[in-house]
Formats: sequence, structure tokens, C-alpha cells
Amino acid sequence: MADAPQIPDEAEVRARWGGFQWTPENAEQAKKVIARYPEGRQQSAVMPLLDLAQRQVGAETQTQGWLPVPVIEYVADQLDMPYMRAYEVATFYTMYNLAPVGRYHVQVCGTTPCMLRGSDDVLAACRNKGLVKGHTTPDGLFTLTEVECLGACTNAPMVQINDDNFEDLTYDSMTAILEDLASGKQPRVGPQIDRQTSCPEGGPTTLKEMVSENHDYRGQW
Amino acid sequence: MPKVTVDGVEIEVPAGATVLQACELAGKEIPRFCYHERLSIAGNCRMCLVEVKPGPPKPQASCALPAADGQEIRTDSEMVKKAREGVMEFLLINHPLDCPICDQGGECDLQDQSVAYGRGGSRFHENKRAVTEKYMGPIVKTVMTRCIQCTRCVRFAEEVAGVPEIGAIYRGENMQITTYLEHAAQSELSGNVVDLCPVGALTSRPYAFEARPWELKKTFAIDVMDALGTNIRLDSRGRQVLRVLPRVNDDVNEEWASDKTRHHVDALVRKRLDKPYVRRDGKLVPVSWDEAFAAVAEAAGKAGSSVAAVAGDLLDCETMYAARELVRALGGTMLEGRQTGLAYDVSNLAAVNFNSTIAGVETADVILLVGTNLRWEAPLVNTRVRKAIKKGAKVYAVGPETDLTYKAEWLGNDASLLGKLPDAVVEAFKGAQRPLVIVGGGVLAKDGAHGDTLALVETLGLIKDGWNGYNVLHFAAARMGGLMLGFATDGGIRAMAAAAPKLLFSLGADEVDYSAFAGSFKVYVGHHGDKGAHAADVILPGASYAEKAGTYVNLEGRVQRGEKAVFAPGDAREDWSIFRALSQVLGKTLPFDSFEQLRARMFADVPALASEGLVACDWAPPSLPTGASGEFSYPIKDFYLTNSICRASPTMQRCSAELLHGEEFAEAAE
Amino acid sequence: MSDAPAPAPAPFVGPLDDKDRIFTNLYGFQDWGIDAAMKRGDWDNTKALLEKGQDAIIEEMKASGLRGRGGAGFPTGMKWSFMPKESKDGRPSFLVINADESEPGSCKDREIIRHDPHKLIEGALVAGFAMRARAAYIYIRGEFIYEAKVLFAAVEQAYEKGFIGKNACGSGYDFDVFVHRGAGAYICGEETAQIESIEGKKGQPRLKPPFPAGAGLYGCPTTVNNVESIAVAPTILRRGASWFSGFGRENNKGTKLFQISGHVNKPAVVEESMGIPFRELIDRHCGGIRGGWDNLLAVIPGGSSVPLVPAEQIMDAPMDFDGLRALGSGLGTAAVIVMDKSTDIVRAISRISYFYKHESCGQCTPCREGTGWMWRVMERLRTGDADPSEIDMLFEVTKQVEGHTICALGDAAAWPIQGLIRHFRPEIERRIAENRGGAPIMEAAE
Repeated sequence: MADAPQIPDEAEVRARWGGFQWTPENAEQAKKVIARYPEGRQQSAVMPLLDLAQRQVGAETQTQGWLPVPVIEYVADQLDMPYMRAYEVATFYTMYNLAPVGRYHVQVCGTTPCMLRGSDDVLAACRNKGLVKGHTTPDGLFTLTEVECLGACTNAPMVQINDDNFEDLTYDSMTAILEDLASGKQPRVGPQIDRQTSCPEGGPTTLKEMVSENHDYRGQW
Repeated sequence: MPKVTVDGVEIEVPAGATVLQACELAGKEIPRFCYHERLSIAGNCRMCLVEVKPGPPKPQASCALPAADGQEIRTDSEMVKKAREGVMEFLLINHPLDCPICDQGGECDLQDQSVAYGRGGSRFHENKRAVTEKYMGPIVKTVMTRCIQCTRCVRFAEEVAGVPEIGAIYRGENMQITTYLEHAAQSELSGNVVDLCPVGALTSRPYAFEARPWELKKTFAIDVMDALGTNIRLDSRGRQVLRVLPRVNDDVNEEWASDKTRHHVDALVRKRLDKPYVRRDGKLVPVSWDEAFAAVAEAAGKAGSSVAAVAGDLLDCETMYAARELVRALGGTMLEGRQTGLAYDVSNLAAVNFNSTIAGVETADVILLVGTNLRWEAPLVNTRVRKAIKKGAKVYAVGPETDLTYKAEWLGNDASLLGKLPDAVVEAFKGAQRPLVIVGGGVLAKDGAHGDTLALVETLGLIKDGWNGYNVLHFAAARMGGLMLGFATDGGIRAMAAAAPKLLFSLGADEVDYSAFAGSFKVYVGHHGDKGAHAADVILPGASYAEKAGTYVNLEGRVQRGEKAVFAPGDAREDWSIFRALSQVLGKTLPFDSFEQLRARMFADVPALASEGLVACDWAPPSLPTGASGEFSYPIKDFYLTNSICRASPTMQRCSAELLHGEEFAEAAE
Repeated sequence: MSDAPAPAPAPFVGPLDDKDRIFTNLYGFQDWGIDAAMKRGDWDNTKALLEKGQDAIIEEMKASGLRGRGGAGFPTGMKWSFMPKESKDGRPSFLVINADESEPGSCKDREIIRHDPHKLIEGALVAGFAMRARAAYIYIRGEFIYEAKVLFAAVEQAYEKGFIGKNACGSGYDFDVFVHRGAGAYICGEETAQIESIEGKKGQPRLKPPFPAGAGLYGCPTTVNNVESIAVAPTILRRGASWFSGFGRENNKGTKLFQISGHVNKPAVVEESMGIPFRELIDRHCGGIRGGWDNLLAVIPGGSSVPLVPAEQIMDAPMDFDGLRALGSGLGTAAVIVMDKSTDIVRAISRISYFYKHESCGQCTPCREGTGWMWRVMERLRTGDADPSEIDMLFEVTKQVEGHTICALGDAAAWPIQGLIRHFRPEIERRIAENRGGAPIMEAAE
């Protein structure tokens, strides 16, 4: 099972995370999340709560966060669901990290639309900065993962680093982003070329009025 | 009732039937891996694909498709053949094909079906997937590389065992079946996943590499590990029983068996009493049968009619009958089977019977458990309660809180509660169609509590048209048969001890406090060197249930018969013949020369034992004192070590140590 | 299918006027917030739309010819009409909006959610009302982190204005909208897997029947609709079915968000009329093919799961359901992946095979085992490290997966490979020959 993550040593993890509890803000948020689902269907909240827990672990460890087993159990307990069922969920979805990751989780999309537009170069930029797929850099700063399509195909190639997308990348712009992050600077999020979101480069071919004002087209109906 | 055509033959199928069932009714074999009659439908193996019109132009999973009027089903078309071949090929590409070293070999669904539906060769030139081993506990051995992800074990654990500890983690080709964090499955029913597993991924750990199925002689028997009367098959080779498998009996055990039922067999060749012993100078020394009989004759001569017999929990009726006849021939009257001192009223068999029947539990809509740890006293009654809950039943319980694998509303643990059940409970029972009370060993051990539970028949309205919801749950296989044969003395075994019999026959009675019988000459007739043998003055080696044919009456009063699988070891003999031979030495020759003659006389004496099936017992409860108080406690302290056989079993010892006492067992490096 | 002649080019209905574009803030030049959205026409007397009544709304949707924008193209109005008109056993109904946009090539729902979220929320109310649902769950893929933030905030705004919630828009109808974030699983775009996922389980598709309209989310009647299908509904109702059905060809009506990625000069998302010829779409909005039209190799016109179409067949094909089906492919989500002649076409498809292997839920045999097998063979074909007979074998394996699985992921994994073999077999054979040092290919004697 080369690409199935290994569950880290339990005893150590239990010692470190056995006492996991929500922060007051997250406890409040957890309540809100559970309230989105009908009475008795609280299991529905397992995905958002695992995400919340991963973020809390991330905040505590200054990383993107991960899900130690005791934390999964904490969430399962809160939702009154068998540990196994929560654990299945945690292992099924790719966004739950089952092992610790670095400060920045560099997720390079390698699926065909990005591949066609140069994700190889993006990965090369990562490699040349010492990032290795599936590993965290020795300084704990970067974890590199090649991920599947992240749904920004007209802005390919792209990378998601923690919560931010960086799009329309080249070897150089990817290198610059990694350098910025390494030196504590926040690189510009979104397209790295002169472009508004998914609008054609150089300006829109449609809806040109919208560029400068919040145009109401209803008058022309 | 919809009419469908299967391969051109029109048949009518019951409403609600699936296409797969329709095909079976039409006599067509449908290959399958994930589908199992007693589990929810998963539809994931895709082996049961058939062609169905009307429908999309692709094969359909017959296990999940409802049969509908006018369907034209084909199981023999080119499309179906190709689909099966294709699925079979996919199942095999990552399967190790290590049949020669696989314990499932010879009884493997994958093996059988690949012969019938597979291609001749492989086109798969990639590396096969390897899956790391998963630990599932002392009962289940895993070779997960063989797993075909049918999820039967996952569904069994969740739906039947009620222990959702098995799951499928990760996804896609990395999906792996495992127990939670690879801990041992905390279930007394875990061995059933071995039967359910259609391949060799989950096999029996204690039975690993013991035998091939075609070497085994199969004998139908009745399990004696609890009072359920699980229908089992003993698989033996030569003189040794190598494994126990459940047989299907929907009235009793469906097709399950508890781990104790399955895995006590390694004890049948351990700690056996295989020669007679006589106590000389305080020590038991091996002797010949003649010497042993002479010693008994000497004691019998002194005892006169001061003779008693106490029956153990694992006995067949024939043994008890033979012993009873000998005691009576000697002029004795004292017979008891309730070894631990229970002395409940037995004037009406129905008042101590499981009246709703085991299968009837499923239909109950409100259930009250009193003083019973059902999960340990009768695991397969517990699964029926789970089924009732699935259909909407509500469960209340009085007793020390314990995990029954489902949510019961615990009302407290005091016998006085029975006289003043909360209004909500009474209300729930009032509205029930099929109210059910299960009275466990904790109640029978408490003075007056039996009467309190009988009073519930009235207050909760347990008896309705065609329904008696009053159930006493025994957990000794010999109990109901013993009661029918008169193995009960007023005042129980304490009264018997008080009468100080000079000669005491102990029929495999290993739970008796023998210090109360210090003045008695104790003749132990049994098969394992346990408590009874240690206290004995003479040991006459008998046969275990596997080594003799016998009649058993289960907790619901069902008469069942088991056959003899192997011979008892060494000089041990079938118990009835011991009593017959002894009677001759004592000059009181019993009037039967063969087992058949014994049976004939027993049937004449107790006609209810003559025919298999439920014993008719009229409901005429005695009026008993009520008003018990104080806490209940459960009689079984260790599920895996309840009798002399399982106490001698290394597997049961390990289960107890690992599952109940948290000891860790290192896996041997292989 | 492979040799189906290209259909006659459809009469082009002309470039869509900006006034007929539904998603006017597609590129996010303006604020997504509720006030700006209202200025653009969202939430404009929604009450009046609801007052048309449930049946009239569904009829109007049927008449508009809108076909589901999530890929399968099932008529949206008809789908809504499958929902029970009254609850016989007290079970509520639910609307689930599929924003699990994960099909490689697709990135339109993202633009709707982050730039025009109120069209979606208003659509949720209108659609939910029409199908008598008690609430909508919007299932947004986990990786849309910013988009989810916008959506949560937009829902909050709509509640604050009283547009949803109790007595939504003053209509007397109570309707909640909840957002549920995924966590990384393409399969959750399949409607029953999505329902499982909302219920807090692994996203493994359910067996059908029962269909969601009978027993879906929490066992209640449920309709799952794509974001775009829902978001266009209010505008269709405002402007009328005939306005919408005035675009595109028969059976392929309306406007559509096209997402063009790959080897065009300017990749973009753009709303156009259904049936716009491929050449027109690319030239008008994407600055043409990189290196010119002669440099076009092939196009995957509907997201990764549809078979590719070689250049000469697609150039003048109308981009709609039927037009692309005639080419042995499909419109899918209108995610157009363009590949020029620099493309390693085998690798491009192999990478898609890897995607499906990665995203298979593992539940049923053909997909769990087949996707891995197909990808591994594809990887060998990419380098030519294979026997020529393995091309046919691979094709057969795709046929063994296709149509034998619980959900359509098996089909989606099979089709791209079938398209490749159908159209680029010589290229694969060339690689095998090259790998063997240029030796001519002969059938191995067995």
C-alpha cells in the first residue's frame, strides 16, 4: 500500500493528543455545525467537525494540521458514532491528513488540464526547492503532495497551499511563491499573470461593461 | 405475486423478492460473493449480474433488484457470461492465488466460482497488490491480500454482532478491511466472519493449517456451551474433533455460533480423564475399571439408600436418565442439577421456560430484561433482541449496567423495582402487541425475585392470544432436560447437602461447592479434570458431548438430538454404559443393554423427550412469594470459561485473557 | 460510434448578447455581496416567482428545455416533477445542490459560487419551493475553501434579508439553505454518494433503486441538481421559458457556461449559446488554438470522462449534447480540454486514468480492480513497454468495467481510454515499435 498513509505510532500520539478538546470558539462552532442537520442526524456533522479539528490541531502545531487518532475519537464521541465509522470517513477523504504535515501543504494539481499547461514545471520548481512528493522538508516548512483536479482548470496550472489557490503558474512564479513563503512573505493569491480570475487573459470578450461598474443588463431585456 | 420469466420459464415469485431470489426459485444458480441472506444487501461484488428487460441495456445486479411483474430475466445470455467472466477476472487479478497454502482451499467460494465462471488464464501482467496483515483477535486469522472487499464481515459486525469495529478504510484499490486500529474484535460472535468470508482472507486462527475439508468426517451435533442448543457440525479426523461449525436452524441459531461454541474443541483432547481413578491416602491413583467399580461398590454397600446424584451443565438426557435409574434402584431420591445453589420453584415447567421461543423474540415490540447479561448468557438470543430493535422494539433492563451491543434503557439494579416499574415502562407494555420479559440467572439466584417476575405476567400483560412473553433464560445445556427428568430437589443443592448423602454421584458437575459434601463418598463421572474430579473419591472417565449420542432440551424446551463424532479417549466410556456396568456390579442391573433400549425406556418414562421439537408445557404458574429487594448480580463472570471444557481450552483461555482482561499477545514472527 | 459521421454544422444562432447572459458577474469584476447582486437583478421580487405556484414553475422549467448542467443532461423540469406533491408519511423532501465540481476540466460552478452566489441561493429557494422541499443542502467540494467562505457568507446575507428561512421572501414558505463542505472525493459528485457523504459516511454510491426521489437524503425524497441548473432557474422564470429555449438547437436549448482549458491561447470560462461551433467558441473567446488551427490535435469536449474527439471532427461541430454525442463523445459539463500537437496524447489520457484510479471509491469490483489495471497498462503504453496485443486487451478490459459498476465512475474511467484507442491506435503502436528498436510489429506466435 505504497500510497496509503501509515498511521503514526499510537502510544506517542495518544500521549500528545489524548486530551484534545475544542477551544471555546471551536466548541461554539461545532454546536453551530451540528445544528445544520436534523435531530438525530448529527453524524452528518462528522466531515465539518473533522475539518475543524484538523484546523485546530494545525493552529496548535503551526502547520496545516492533521488528525491524530484520539482527535478522530473525540469527534466521534461528540457525534455518538462508532470510532470505526469516523475513522473510515477520515481515511476516505483526501483532505484529512492522517500524518503530520508541514507549515505549508503544497498541493500541486497534476491532472490532465494542469499537466497540459505545465504542471511538470510547477513540480520541477518544487523539486528544485527541495520539496519531495509525499514528504515534509527537514525545516518543517513544506509538505508536497500531487493532488487531483482542484477545479481551476482554466487557470491551469495551479497549486493550493493551505487555504489559498495560486493559479496560472510557471516555473518562475512557483519558485517565487515558495521563496516568499519561506521568507515569511505572503505571495499574491490567485492568478500569477495579469488576469482577472477566469476571464480571458488581456480582458473580457463579453460583459465588458462589468469591468468598471456593476452594470444592470435588465434594461436591455 | 409478480410473474417473471427466467431463461424463458415463467414463474411466480413472492412479493418483495429480488431478481436473484427469483432466479433461484427458477432453479438457476446465481454466483455471488457479497450477497448473504442474513445481511443487508451491498451489491458491490457484481458477480450476480443478470440481464433484465425492461431495463437499461446493461447487466443488473440481481441481488439488489426487486423482481417486478413482467420482467424477462436471462442468466444464460452472452452478456451475462461476459459480465461474470469479467468480474471474476477482476476479482482474481489482485488475488494471490495461493490456494495450496490457504485454509479456505476446498471450501472457497472464489475457488469454486472461478472454476465455473472464470477464464482459463490470466492477462494481468502487473504486480499484484499486497495488503498488510490485520490483527483481528484470537479467533480470526487474517491474510488480507486474499480479501475481495465483499464487506460481509463489516456488515455482520455492525448488523448482527452489534459491534461496529470492523470497517473498510481508505478507498479505491487501497480499500482495506480491518478492525478498528487493528485491535481484536470485542465480540463473542467474531468467529462467524470466518464462515461468512467467501475467500481465505479471514480464517480460523485456532484451526489454522489443521486439516483440509475433504479429510473431515462431518457429524451433526448439539452444542452444550450454553442452553441455546446451537445446531452444530463436528468435523473430525481420526479420533479428534478439529472444528465446530454451525448448522442452519432458523428456529434456534439461524446460522451463527458463538466463539465459545466454535472454539472450545481444542479442549476435547486436553485435561481429559482417560482412565479410572481411586483416592488412596488422599491421592487419586489410576486404577482399572474393576478396581474402581469395587471401590464404588464398597461405598454403596455402606451408603444404603443414602444416595444422591448431581448433574453437571453439559449433560445429555440419556446420561441423566441412566444415573437417575441407578440412584432410584439403590433406593435414593435426591437428584439435583442446579449446581450453584439455585432453588427456584419447578412445579410448572412453563414458569421456568423460554415461552416466546427464541425466534419469537424477533417479533417482540417491548422488551424488559431482568437480571440477565444476555450477551453472555445466550449470545444468540441477544442477536434476536437486536433484530427486534431493528424492527422498532424498545428495550428496558433491570440489572447492573453492561454493554449489550444495543441501547437499552437501564431502569436500575434493585429487585424492588419489579414491583414498582416506572409508569413509562408500564405504559409501553400496555401498548405492546408482543410484550416480552426475559428473566435471567440473576433473578433465579435471588429469593423471591422469581415470584416478582411472574407477577409481571399480570401487571404487564405478557400473555396474549397465541403469545406468552414470559421467558426464563437458562444457560446450562442440561437444565431443561434435567428438570424434565426430575433433577431438582426442594431447597436445591443446599437441602441435598444438608441431607448428607453417603454416596454422591457427580455427573460432570464442576460448579458444585463440594466442601458441603465432605461426608459423602463422591463418585465423579465426567470427562475433564476439573473441580469435580479434584474433589472425587472415585473417578469414572466418561465421554464428552462429542463422543456420545444424546438428547438435549434447549432453553425454549426444544428437544434435539446430537450424534457421536468420535470415540472417547483412552479407557473413557460413554456415560450411560458406565452406569449400566456399575449397576451390575452393585447388583442392581439396570434394565437396558443398549443405548437404543435405554432411549426406549426413557421415552416411555418421559414421553416429551420422544419427539424432537418443542415440548408442550401448560402455563400454570405457581403462586410464589414476591417483594424481593437488593441488587442483582450476573452469574457468569467470564464468558469464555464457564465450564470444564472451555476452562481446559487454550483458545478460550486466551480469549479470556486477551478480550476480557486486556492481556496482550505478541504475534509470532512468521 | 467511432465512425459516426460528423453531423451537419448547425445554423449558428449568433454570438450571445451580453443582455442574454445570465451570469453577468462571472469574472468577479464586481462585488458578490447581496446588495450588488440585487442591483444586477437577483432577488428581484422573488415572491412573485413563487406565486406562480409549484406546478407552474415546473411546467415553465420543462418548457425552457433546460437539461441538467452536471453532465448527464437529464431534463431539469422533469426531474423536479418526480418529487412527491405531498408527504404521505410525514417525511420531508430535500433539495441537494451538487457543487462538488471535481471533473477534470470543469470549473464553472466555482465561478458561480464565488462571484454570483445569490443566483444559486435564489435558485435554491425557487427550485426547493417547486419540489416542495423543506431545505436545500449545498454540497461544495472541500477544496473550494474560499468559495465556501463566500457561500456561507452569502447564505447568511440571504437569511438576514429574510429571503430564505421562515416565510422566505414573504411567500409564507419556510425554506432553509445549508452548506455542507466535502473533504476531497470526486465520487461525491455522484448523487447518491453525495447523499451518503452528507449523512456523514464514506462517499460510496448507493444501489438504485431506490432512487433519491423516493428515498434519498435521510431516507426522504431528494433531488440532486447541479449548481448551474439551479442558478439559471430564477432568470428562466423571470424571462420566460421561450426566452431560454430561443437559444440552441432542438433538444439542446439555452445558454451554457463553457470552460476552455488546455492549449488555447487564452483559457477562459464563458457563457455562450448551446450549440456554438467549436471553432467559433475558441476563436471568439480564447484567442484561437495555440499555434493555430493546424496545430490542433484533439479535444476532450466535456470533461475528463468523455472520449476525446480528433481535431478534424470537432473543428466545426456544434457544442451541445446531441452534436457531441454524434461524434462519439459528449457535452458533459462543457469542460473543453484542448490539446495541440505538442501533447503526449497517451500520457494525457493515462493521467486521466490515474485520476479515476485515485478517485474510485473501492466499493464495487470492476472499478476498484479495473481502474488500477487500466492505468498501469496505460502507463506501459505511454512508454511503449507493452505487447501490441495489449491494446486490444486494454480495450476489452474497459468494456469489462463499463456498464458493470454501481455508479458511472466505471464508465467514466473506461471511455477516455476507448476514445484514445479508437482514434490514436497508430500512435500507440508506433511507441511499442519504437520501444522495440523499430522492429515491425507482428503478432506473437503462441
